[in-house]
Amino acid sequence: MEKKKTYVEDIDRGIYDVKNEVRYSYKSEKGLTAKIVEEISKTKNEPQWMTDFRLKSLEIYNKKPIPTWGADLSELDIENIVTYIKPDTEMKHSWEDVPEDIKKTFDLLGIPQAERASLAGVGAQYDSEVVYHNMREDLAKQGVIYTDMETAIKDYEEIVKDYFMKLVPPNDHKFAALHGAVWSGGSFVYVPEGVNVDIPLQSYFRLNAPGAGQFEHTLIIVEKGANLHFIEGCSAPKHSVINLHAGCVELFVKEDARLRYSTIENWSRNMYNLNTKRAVVDRNGIIEWVSGSFGSRVSMLYPMSILRGEGAKSEFTGITFASKGQYLDTGTKVVHAAPYTTSSVNSKSISKGGGHAFYRGLLRVAPNAHNCKSTVSCESLMLDNESRSDTLPIIELNNDNIDIGHEAKIGRISDEAIFYLMSRGISEEEAKAMIVRGFVEPISKELPLEYAVEMNNLIKLELEGAIG
Amino acid sequence: MANKLLTITNLTTKVEDKEILKGLNLEVNKGEIHVIMGPNGAGKSTLAYTLMGHPRYEVVEGDILWEDEIINELSPDERAKKGIFLSFQHPEEIPGITVENFLRTAKAAITEKNQSILAFNKLLREKAQLLSIDEKYLSRYLNEGFSGGEKKKNEILQMAVLEPKLAILDETDSGLDVDAIKIVAEGVKKIKEEETAIIIITHHNKILDYLKPDVVHVLLEGKVVKTGDMTLAREIEASGYEELKNQFSIK
Repeated sequence: MEKKKTYVEDIDRGIYDVKNEVRYSYKSEKGLTAKIVEEISKTKNEPQWMTDFRLKSLEIYNKKPIPTWGADLSELDIENIVTYIKPDTEMKHSWEDVPEDIKKTFDLLGIPQAERASLAGVGAQYDSEVVYHNMREDLAKQGVIYTDMETAIKDYEEIVKDYFMKLVPPNDHKFAALHGAVWSGGSFVYVPEGVNVDIPLQSYFRLNAPGAGQFEHTLIIVEKGANLHFIEGCSAPKHSVINLHAGCVELFVKEDARLRYSTIENWSRNMYNLNTKRAVVDRNGIIEWVSGSFGSRVSMLYPMSILRGEGAKSEFTGITFASKGQYLDTGTKVVHAAPYTTSSVNSKSISKGGGHAFYRGLLRVAPNAHNCKSTVSCESLMLDNESRSDTLPIIELNNDNIDIGHEAKIGRISDEAIFYLMSRGISEEEAKAMIVRGFVEPISKELPLEYAVEMNNLIKLELEGAIG
Repeated sequence: MANKLLTITNLTTKVEDKEILKGLNLEVNKGEIHVIMGPNGAGKSTLAYTLMGHPRYEVVEGDILWEDEIINELSPDERAKKGIFLSFQHPEEIPGITVENFLRTAKAAITEKNQSILAFNKLLREKAQLLSIDEKYLSRYLNEGFSGGEKKKNEILQMAVLEPKLAILDETDSGLDVDAIKIVAEGVKKIKEEETAIIIITHHNKILDYLKPDVVHVLLEGKVVKTGDMTLAREIEASGYEELKNQFSIK
């Protein structure tokens, strides 16, 4: 395997680092111009409104300043990022038809196996386009739509037009504007009223080409009384040049509906992960976020819930693991915009080897949102003296008739706890791994089994070699 | 001698540049029960931590001889594998790890054999029953939210499962009421094999009503100043350490 040194030390990330030769049928120039944006739209055969939307987003992008808070983005140069790479294959509905090297990558990541074992549908994106999509037939019969965004624009144009980037508009921030201009791939899910999708749908995003951006768009609409669990996994092999991921996730949870959205993002260490995720929840609806942030050089990720219907509910469970050379600025935002809404936040972070985990959260209660309830708990564990953790929970309360609980804990892994476990014959390495596993246990038990296993493997991978 | 288990000679240890043990000698044979008494600050817990190999306790002089090997430099897990066990005065709480998983990992580490879940659970439940520990504790997180008594009982459960050659009970009786002391001490008695040696570190004699010691040592200022039998423990209970302190010119 090719090994190039950047300032981040190489660790063998096993299957996540398998790189394929880059073959493509279309690749945009580096950098970003109106011409490139028009070409992307043309290649995709998009309706005019989408081309216009992209161009307008580009205008906004050019006007917006780079954020000056959070991560240092000075090394990120969009002029050097290729925004669109179409793999040399069309979308397939059977794994047999997916080109061998691409299929092998997803095989190594365990995607087809998981589909057979425990999923109702799978989508797989490779670089900028979705290469595989399939869903159980009975769900299709009940009117469930699960496809890639490109197909959605063609086949369900009216729905897409009503929802696309309405929750995260391009003028939200610079990278939302960038996304609006160059988005490609992603998933579209529509669950009709009252339909219960009893086992999860899963999309997997794999970024293979070096120096490319991934800008997938996920749009999920769960109609009244419907129920869905959607899982997203992301990874990329390590290249020596900077990559950018600026995806966008928009979740619409209608009255009495329930959506669980789980992700584990395991990008390589050259990735800037600037992802925007947002959910809006109507009366008595429930959004549950399960969010794992592992890889990347820099992450800025704050899934947001807007509770706009009475009795709406949000639960956020998050885990962030920052190792050497990583700055992960993660958290969640909750807006209580209606009375009797409830939210809970349970966030854990681990930092190691000089890594920096920053929890940044916002809890906002609107003046009319009386009788709201919220509990926020964030805990950080530092595994050594070089690592850093910060917690910045911002709470904005605009009425008095609410019930808020907040707890934050930052600590180092305790020498006494390690000694205690070692005194029972357990090695130092295993003792530390056990303490970390115990720390994240409340989160792993929220994950689907194969993801819990993946998370434990990632933790093991992160801890190996770092303990001597 | 085939019976020899632990021989400590002239042991001097430092904790953060402060000398605590100052030339301590002690010999423990297989199957013997020893008691170490002494006022606060005499170095009792330091002795326990030094024997277990806590990295903060530095041996600057003397030797710890285990069977035929000097173990001064061994790490705590290596000592545990040799058969040394410490029942902690203040056991750590480890969230997210159940008693059951923890002990199965520990048993596998010590025996260097994988423990089948089924067989191990059977063993664990037997031992728990022996110590009148409710099964529901086995699926709780290690020591998290346990009362003082529950923590101590859990330490003895660990001893029962790991079957050490030497168990050091560091103030296992402190903070327990009379009934709890009885349960814990009788538990130790039940799980003690003929060959198991025990060092009891204590302030009180109550535990000695159940665990009859073979040898009683008094530790003052980092040294064993007097060794005797149960009579010595009774004397100290009656009149404290003053007389001994005067005798050894310790203020």
